[in-house]
Amino acid sequence: MAKTLFRWLFVPLLLIAAGIVISVYTVNNPTDSLVARALTYDSILKSLREHLWLMLVSMIGAIVVGVLVGIMLSRPKLYYLGRGVENVVNVGQTIPSLAILALFFTIIGLGFRVAVFALFLYSILPILRNTFAGIINVPDSIIESARGMGMSPFRILTLIELPLAFPIIVAGIRTAIVINVGAATLATFIAAGGLGELIVIGLSLRRDMIVLTGASLAALTAIILDYLIGQVEAKVVKWV
Amino acid sequence: MIKIENVTKKFPGMEIPAVKDLNLEIKEGDICVLVGPSGCGKTTTMKMINRIHEPTSGSIYIDGQDALKMNPIKLRLDIGYVIQEIGLFPHMTIEENVATVPNEKKWPKEKTKKKVAEMLTLVGLDPELHGKRYPSELSGGQRQRVGVARAMATDPPIMLMDEPFGAVDPITRAKLQNEFLRIQERVGKTIVFVTHDIDEAIKMGDTIAVMRDGELVQHASPNDLLSAPADEFVSSLVGRNRSIKRLHLIRIREILSDLDRPKPAKVDTSVDDIRKQLDESDIRSVMVVDRDNKLKGIIGINDLKKKTGEQAADYIQELDQSVTSDATLNDALSVMLECGEGYVAVVNEDDQYQGTITLGDLLNVVKEDE
Amino acid sequence: MSQGINIYLYFSKVFTGDMFMAVGQDRPGLISRTVTYIGRRSDLIWDLLLEHLWLIIVSISIAVVVSVILGVIISYKSSLAATVLTICQIMMTIPSMAMLAFMVPFFGIGFTTGVVALILYSLLPIVRNTYTGIKEISPAVVESAVGMGMTEWRVLTKIKIPLARPVIMAGIRTATVMIVGIGAIAAYVGAGGLGELIFQGISRSHEPMIIVGAIGVSIIALAFDFVLSWGERRLAAVGKVREAKQ
Ligand SMILES: Nc1ncnc2c1ncn2[C@@H]1O[C@H](COP(=O)(O)OP(=O)(O)OP(=O)(O)O)[C@@H](O)[C@H]1O
Ligand SMILES: [Mg+2]
Repeated sequence: MAKTLFRWLFVPLLLIAAGIVISVYTVNNPTDSLVARALTYDSILKSLREHLWLMLVSMIGAIVVGVLVGIMLSRPKLYYLGRGVENVVNVGQTIPSLAILALFFTIIGLGFRVAVFALFLYSILPILRNTFAGIINVPDSIIESARGMGMSPFRILTLIELPLAFPIIVAGIRTAIVINVGAATLATFIAAGGLGELIVIGLSLRRDMIVLTGASLAALTAIILDYLIGQVEAKVVKWV
Repeated sequence: MIKIENVTKKFPGMEIPAVKDLNLEIKEGDICVLVGPSGCGKTTTMKMINRIHEPTSGSIYIDGQDALKMNPIKLRLDIGYVIQEIGLFPHMTIEENVATVPNEKKWPKEKTKKKVAEMLTLVGLDPELHGKRYPSELSGGQRQRVGVARAMATDPPIMLMDEPFGAVDPITRAKLQNEFLRIQERVGKTIVFVTHDIDEAIKMGDTIAVMRDGELVQHASPNDLLSAPADEFVSSLVGRNRSIKRLHLIRIREILSDLDRPKPAKVDTSVDDIRKQLDESDIRSVMVVDRDNKLKGIIGINDLKKKTGEQAADYIQELDQSVTSDATLNDALSVMLECGEGYVAVVNEDDQYQGTITLGDLLNVVKEDE
Repeated sequence: MSQGINIYLYFSKVFTGDMFMAVGQDRPGLISRTVTYIGRRSDLIWDLLLEHLWLIIVSISIAVVVSVILGVIISYKSSLAATVLTICQIMMTIPSMAMLAFMVPFFGIGFTTGVVALILYSLLPIVRNTYTGIKEISPAVVESAVGMGMTEWRVLTKIKIPLARPVIMAGIRTATVMIVGIGAIAAYVGAGGLGELIFQGISRSHEPMIIVGAIGVSIIALAFDFVLSWGERRLAAVGKVREAKQ
């Protein structure tokens, strides 16, 4: 048990260690005073905290809403509405994340909460679509034999449809996370902070060290999250 | 037990009804086979009994109770259901699949576990070996067995089976059919069995209901159906070789006891004794069994030429196939044709020798009929 | 709470009776200001649009060549396939802003940085689809081609690539739509294009500029998606017709 957990966490821990090494190194070996002032433990931790917080809030919201709405749309009564929503979602996903953030800026303005709201709406799309598609694609024969054996619609949903759609839902969440991490790095443009802020400061000060520190931490965060959800995706499903 | 009265089913958007004014009564403990060409409404009829489809008009009584007024979930919990596509749950193990209805009925864990093991054994699967596997790890025939075990897990008095043995090769199908009939002899359920294979219908059915274009054409026992088809359609469905079809109706054990066959030889008999036995009874070969009466093979007179003093064991030819005594005469015929021999050995489940059937025996049966 | 009110105000600004005049303000409404802006700066907008398209087309053209070759190579050397695909997958996980930032120390600020980053992002979808497209061809088809005496090169160019074309095309579509958005971000490192309107608009709080930029890139993305999916369907259809004729 402990061994499996260790194997699971080995890669993430290694990557976290790399992030720590990079941060410690850059804070202790600034190339000049500008870098020294921009890169402190406080500033790095603040950016990282904002970044993770931004993602966490928007992702949890998106998972809850995306899955619930996906389930609702997959009910026979709302099926046709669901098909329509699927098309809207496809168009929505084609719109670039920067455009979404920018449009939200013109709608509500600047700040952390605007960014959370925009990321939340943007991340719902793949989760909702995959939940809907995952449930809809459960073969009729399976649903029918469950019905024929006397399962109630609610039991069919929880015991049959959701478990069978689970891998597809997780794939949707994975897509959403990748999109979300990417967009979180852009949140700095609407004054919501995050690791993107380090990059932007570095670019405006023309100091590569700050740019690279910000970029590395953002990249490591993304890779760690993607790795973890990839493990969930691969490990949980035993039956295919 | 099941009474279908003036039932019509029209699907929304369809011009003609899928089932038209159908009347059918099925007695307790009977297997009623619905048979007919594809699209004639067999599945639809069956699914109205557990209200997967609601009849457009008419009524259905189960044990005298109006099924259409019952709570559909309660109704279904007491009706075993095996569908055309089997419909095993791919994310649940075989055990979990079979435990579905016990869990819906909130049985205690221990009872469910015991019952699951019992059911798997009943359909010829090893609970230890197969129980923890997923459906994707089983063969087609094994999946069909699980489908049947799952439907019977809480001993429902009624079973609905839609082409339950449809998706397997003919040899496996014959085997599953025989095993199922053996189980049915013990449990005596009321069964609605759908197929479009008339041979299967004749073999499995206590009664056969022939359908065409949503209407019931004839409901009769297999024997009556063969000897007195109601119209052109039924007689073309049962086909020309009616006397051969009768081979489906007769089980090997029914004729085996009347046959006068030489005793099998034991493996440790000497060659000389066997030759003597063959010469005396004027036959050319004899089956050989071991001490537990298990079938070992056959010895022909030609194999023994110029051999003396040795044991029979050294000259046995193994047999490719044998049949069990609850197989039908038609099964015996298929094995003979397949092996290109004029005989087939009959054994019981433990492979113990029961007798031999020859082509001549089959001819006699067919002749008697005519 | 105040956000909710803001959204409400916005939609009433845009959609209600007084579409061209902001409610209760003497300033013109957003749509009207945007229309004015487009009229006034149509030259600039047009130039940026072309710049954006140029960025995408240059990047995707190079990416297609590189990725298809890479995909073909790993379809022959399956020992390489897992490694190459994993690297591409990781690359795609990296946030685009970070990827662009990594490029800056090496390629400076400007068009090249944008192109390099966009190419890297396009790799995974096209390489993966080329690889699977070729791998999914039935072995019988390849075998009969070889059996008729075709050289490996001709099998590749006459059989494998044509059969894999719809799948490759799907990869190209995914990649293109994706880099339209990343191209907008690349404006921040000086690659030009409609992203410039977005960034300048945000820093100057010039709403019409942001809207033109944001809606502009969205339209480009949707247009590419539409055109390329049409191409994809046509390729698939042509394939079917050919099969049917055989
Ligand atoms: N859910 C449905 N909606 C509309 N029409 C249906 C539906 N199910 C069946 N039908 C139609 O009803 C008719 C009878 O179908 P049914 O499935 O009962 O045939 P069947 O006798 O079981 O055929 P098969 O041997 O092919 O299984 C067919 O014409 C079929 O198209
Ligand atoms: Mg059917």
